[in-house]
Formats: sequence, structure tokens, C-alpha cells
Amino acid sequence: MTLVALDGVGKRFASGTEALAGIDLRIGAGEFLAILGPSGCGKSTLLRLIAGLAEPSSGRITRQASRQVGFVFQEATLLPWSDAITNVRLPLRLAGIDRAEQEARAAAALDQVGLRGFERAYPRELSGGMRMRVSIARALVTRPSLLLMDEPFAALDELTRHRLNDDLLALWAGSGVTVVFVTHSVFESVYLASRILVMATRPGRVAAELAMEAPAPRPTGFRTSAEYAALCRATTEALEGAMAQ
Amino acid sequence: MKIVDALAPAAVGLAVLGGWEGLVRLYGVPPYVLPGPVAIAHALAEDWPLLSGSLLVTLRIALLALLLAVSLGGLLAVAFAQSRWVERAFFPYAVVLQVTPVVAIAPLILIWVDDVTLSLLICAWIVAFFPVLSNTVLGLNSADRNHVELFRLYGASRWQTLWLLRLPGALPFFLAGLRVAGGLALIGAVVAEFVAGAGGAGSGLAFRILEAGYQLKIPRLFAALALISALGIAIFAALGLVQHLLLRRWHESAMQPEG
Ligand SMILES: Nc1ncnc2c1ncn2[C@@H]1O[C@H](COP(=O)(O)OP(=O)(O)OP(=O)(O)O)[C@@H](O)[C@H]1O
Ligand SMILES: [Mg+2]
Repeated sequence: MTLVALDGVGKRFASGTEALAGIDLRIGAGEFLAILGPSGCGKSTLLRLIAGLAEPSSGRITRQASRQVGFVFQEATLLPWSDAITNVRLPLRLAGIDRAEQEARAAAALDQVGLRGFERAYPRELSGGMRMRVSIARALVTRPSLLLMDEPFAALDELTRHRLNDDLLALWAGSGVTVVFVTHSVFESVYLASRILVMATRPGRVAAELAMEAPAPRPTGFRTSAEYAALCRATTEALEGAMAQ
Repeated sequence: MKIVDALAPAAVGLAVLGGWEGLVRLYGVPPYVLPGPVAIAHALAEDWPLLSGSLLVTLRIALLALLLAVSLGGLLAVAFAQSRWVERAFFPYAVVLQVTPVVAIAPLILIWVDDVTLSLLICAWIVAFFPVLSNTVLGLNSADRNHVELFRLYGASRWQTLWLLRLPGALPFFLAGLRVAGGLALIGAVVAEFVAGAGGAGSGLAFRILEAGYQLKIPRLFAALALISALGIAIFAALGLVQHLLLRRWHESAMQPEG
């Protein structure tokens, strides 16, 4: 089943920049799609189009009506004047869900990202990684069928990133959510995705598509396996090919 | 605040007062030219029944003007933030009101408005409301782009975006404007009263200064002046406390440095 379909989608900004051109993309239910590309190739623009935060200037985007979108921005984007649980329950609050249920679901979402006990902490009092996890909890609290993430772990140290990668994979495998994950890291995309979309720049377009056939919950030690190394090599070659175009 | 932080300015103040008193006595300056702090304190104690009444009058006008400035300035700011068009159409007039010196409009207002207290209030309000308005407008328009998109993504209504995003985001700006407005409300009240020059039972500190000047009761004049300063400092400090209490959990400006 296709959640979102893009046909010949292009995006030209008022400034004249052609950010995207001729994008054809099907996002299937339950897949983990990574969008990989160099800086400025239009990854964020593409994700915003998928989310419906921007309109394409050419082509068509069709979305399945019943989808519920969760969006994780590149920065945590928490409201600094609200504590963690109030930040997490914001989407429910905006949807007019009653207070008790908001609190219960937000607490559960915080627990899910390992932040039980930090409900009353303000963003200022949390580390960068914790803030990012609050932001992920906020995206999860609506039980989205489509989770869009824009380089969510880019600003984090490697160890934290690895842990959050594993958490995200476990969540994906456990809930059947569809994930679209923007990154500029080959290693991250190979580790996470079931499919990688490699993008080329100026204008932003799809240069290659790679299916990752590694087992879905990655086995322990996968990061150091020969299989992982081979997949990374293939993806790096695809990316280099895209950048040479 | 640490004791030391309060001690330093207190020491400076005492040294200045001591030097003042010493010089006045050394050169035998007559009190109708420049009274020393002791004479002023004496006048303050002696005339306290009179001065305290005036203090309350001035305080009341300043606080009422501040309240008006906050409510009208804040409401106007919210209205401006609703539409660029409204802001463009009306903001210039707010600026006109702001740049016209209050001494120049005060006589007109005194003519148009029969009630003296009410006209003083209007003058003080005119001076005080602009910082609240302009700061709040700036704050309401400063919402983070990603936050705005987040609200849009989750289908927030205009009202929800205002209430949950724009207003809390504008709070630090509003409070900074409020602090300036507090001082200005007092200045506005005092200046307007100078222009009005009205005496009687309901006179504020400004009239006491005029009156003491005519009667050459210079120590009393200084005592009234000291009370105005003290009032200004008290208003500023009180609003600073409000600012700190409202922002301490989340805003950089209210953070204590670590360590
Ligand atoms: N609002 C905008 N107005 C004009 N041009 C824009 C706008 N947003 C993005 N662009 C341009 O579109 C192109 C793609 O930008 P985009 O942010 O999608 O890149 P990206 O792949 O996400 O880059 P990065 O990895 O650095 O985040 C860039 O050339 C950028 O200058
Ligand atoms: Mg980007």
C-alpha cells in the first residue's frame, strides 16, 4: 500500500532556486526510507513537501487520506517555556483531546524514549540528546502512521546516535510505522533503512535507489560485520556517482 | 543576590551622602541653596504626613497609567499581530503619539478633560504605552519558523497558535517593555502634574516640589525629589522581580550563571 506518491514533483523558490526537479517517489506502508544526499540537494525541501508543509511548483503529490504525520525537525524545536511533558502532549492538545488522556499518552511516549522521570524538566535543563528524544516522543505521541525525520541525530555524539538508531529501529519494527529519514551519513542510512534514496544536487533529483536486504532488526555486531561494510561501500559509490553527475 | 552585591552600591551611596554633608557643613552652604542629607532627612520626617499623602497620589496615577498601558498596549499589539495590514495602518499613529513630547500635549489634555486626575492619567499613559506596544508587537512577530510549522503541521487554529506559541514567546519582550514603561509612567505622571500645577488635597509629589520651590522650603523640595527617585527605583525593582519570577524556568535572561 502506498502512503504518499510523488509524480514529477519539482520545487522552485521565489528566489529562482530550483531546489527539486522531476521527483518520482512511492512511499510504501511499513518501509524505512532513508533520503541520502549532499548538503543543499533539497532533502529538507522534499521532506517538507511530503509532510504538506510546502506545495510543489510542478507535479503532483497524492497522500492517503487516513495518514497521521509525525515530524521531527533537525533541531529539537521544543517550546522553551514548557516542560518536557507539556511539549510532548502539544499535538494532542492542539487536536482537542482531553487533558487526562494527553497526560497519560505523553507520559507513555516519554517512557518509550527512555525519559521517565524527566516529565517536569524544562528543555534548558536537558542535554542535546535528551531534548532530541523529547522531540521524538512528541512526534510519536499521536501514534503516526508516517514518521518524517530531518537529520534528527546530526548534532549528537556518535555513541548517543548509535543508541538512538537502535531505539528507532526497535520502534519501527515493533509498531509498523512508516519512516522517512533524511541524513547525509552513509553509515547511518545503511544501518537504518530498508531502502535508500540517493539524491544529486542542482537541481535536486533522485540519482539512485538502493534496497537494503539486511535483516530488519539488525543483529548485534551488525555495525562491524562484513555485510554492513559491503553495503556501505556500495552506497558510498552510489553517492559519489551522484555527486559526479 | 549575594550580600556583597548589595554592599558595594550601599557603600558608594553612604560615601556620597557623607561627602555631601561634609562639604555643605565645611563651606557653610545655606539650606535654601543646597541642604545637606541630614536637613533633607529632617524635612522628610517632619513633612511626612503631607509628603506621604502626595506619594500615594503619584504612585496611584503611575500604577493606573501602567495598568492601562499594559492592557491597551498589549491588546493593541495582539490586534497588530493579527494582520500586517492593521499594523501598517495604525503603527505610525502610535509612533506619532510616542514622539510628541508629553509637555506639549499635556496643556491640551488638561483643557479637554475636566477631571485633573483623569488628564494626568492620560498623559502618563501616553508616555508609558509605547514600549509595551512596540516590544510586544516585536515579540509576537518573532515566533520561531520551525515552531510555526510545527503548529501548522498539527492543524493548530489561529487562536491556538496565538495562545500557545506567540503569546508565551512574546512574554520576555513584553516584560522588557513593561520595565521601561514602569519608569515612564512615573515620569509621565510627574511631568503632567508639573504642567497642571494644580494644588489642593489631591496633589502629588510634583506639586509639592513646585510648592516648596515657591515657599523656598528647599529641604522639603529635596525630600519630595528623593521620594520620586525612591518610587522609581521601587517600581523598577518590583517589575524586575516579576520578570525574574515569570522567566526563571526557561529564559536565558533570567538564568543564574552556574558555579
Ligand atoms: N525558503 C527558501 N527560499 C529559497 N531557497 C531555498 C529555501 N529553502 C531552501 N532553499 C534552497 O533550496 C536548496 C535545497 O535546500 P534544502 O534545505 O532542501 O537542502 P538540504 O538537502 O536539506 O541541505 P542540508 O543537508 O544542508 O540540510 C538550497 O539550494 C537552498 O538554498
Ligand atoms: Mg536540510
